[in-house]
Amino acid sequence: MKNDLVLRVVAKLFTPFVLLFALYVQFHGELGPGGGFQAGVIAAAAVILYAIVFGLPAARRLVPDAIVESLMAIGVLIYAGVGVAGLLLGGAYLDYFVLDRDPVHGQERGIFWVEVGVAVTVSSVMLKIFSMFASRGHDPDE
Amino acid sequence: MGHYAYFVAIFLMVAGLYITIARGNLVKKLVGLSIFQTSVYLLYIAPGKLIGATAPIVAPQFTTYSNPLPHVLILTAIVVGVATLALGLALVVRIREAYGSIEEDQILAQDQDGDGADASR
Amino acid sequence: MMAVLVVAVAVQRNLFSVVVLTGIYSFLMASVLVALDAVDVAMTEASVGAGISTVLLLGALYLVRADEAKPMHRPLLPLLVSIGVGAALVYGTLGLPAFSDPNAPIHTHVAPRYLNDALRETGVPNVVTAVLASYRGYDTLGETTVVFTAGAGVVALLRRRRRDGEGGK
Repeated sequence: MKNDLVLRVVAKLFTPFVLLFALYVQFHGELGPGGGFQAGVIAAAAVILYAIVFGLPAARRLVPDAIVESLMAIGVLIYAGVGVAGLLLGGAYLDYFVLDRDPVHGQERGIFWVEVGVAVTVSSVMLKIFSMFASRGHDPDE
Repeated sequence: MGHYAYFVAIFLMVAGLYITIARGNLVKKLVGLSIFQTSVYLLYIAPGKLIGATAPIVAPQFTTYSNPLPHVLILTAIVVGVATLALGLALVVRIREAYGSIEEDQILAQDQDGDGADASR
Repeated sequence: MMAVLVVAVAVQRNLFSVVVLTGIYSFLMASVLVALDAVDVAMTEASVGAGISTVLLLGALYLVRADEAKPMHRPLLPLLVSIGVGAALVYGTLGLPAFSDPNAPIHTHVAPRYLNDALRETGVPNVVTAVLASYRGYDTLGETTVVFTAGAGVVALLRRRRRDGEGGK
């Protein structure tokens, strides 16, 4: 598909805008519809579009396999880490009100980091599952 | 006619259930399962709506909001549903490689014949 | 409209058209959800149901490469079972409150407390995000773990053993 001019140009034009929209949805999830899940899926969709038009090896150069696999786990660890931070600062597990100088700012900080963790995990898992399906058919050693 | 939303959700649920149990193709069963799941989302969210209310995002110019609690539940359910679909499809791919077919009747026949599949991959 | 789509999905045998019809069905469901004021859920259903699900189904079809075989016997018993389940459900929902009844129990017990206090206690206007990330944060931790487990499971199922260093996972 990378020989088709229209697809190539459109994919290259769209990918940064879609990624920007994913970041917008992530950070405005508190003021409007959105949040971690939607942002993660939209970011994965941008990279999947790039992979479909330009081929999986080009997408692998863009986002290496090792990074995607470690991001899958790092997202969950960020989420759990926010909980542990609540423990270390004096509250119970996943208490947000101890994270900053007053409870409301602590809640906002906790919600922010939790949504970041969720978005990281969801986007890398969706991308990894897609590349697993897409690369299975190429190696005929089974 | 206050229960119309429930009837629509139940019709979709019955159709999804029929696809899942009546068709032998494994991929179609998974599609039927996902249709079943989306009908359950409708069943949960429809009772939360109040006519004349707005989305549950607090703003000074609105006074009534629709109920936010089903939304939270269904958000989780959607993501878990796609995780299940991904795992199910990975299993279907492995079954196809082991048995050579994704029709339930042919897979059962191969198993009962005993020459079955090289399931020790 | 959605009923027509679902019946078409049941009858169609070409799996590619089944996948496309399911994508249309997900988009219609997302529009219905917007009409029901569930904007977060609609965004998630549109991106996950119509986006990721369609991509995964197409990826699996590319690997499986088959069409549905002609059914050999008329599925009368499953049809009767489905209709029986549907009748039982209709009987069950007749006791539920009517659509958009402000005095229904779900609007009077816990929801007003969340709607009134979420902005003051968490500083976040989107009540759904506040409940998801703060009031019910444990559930979201579990859900993130489920997503991670699904990814790990797919990797475990579809990873190829490396033999003498040839590429591809």
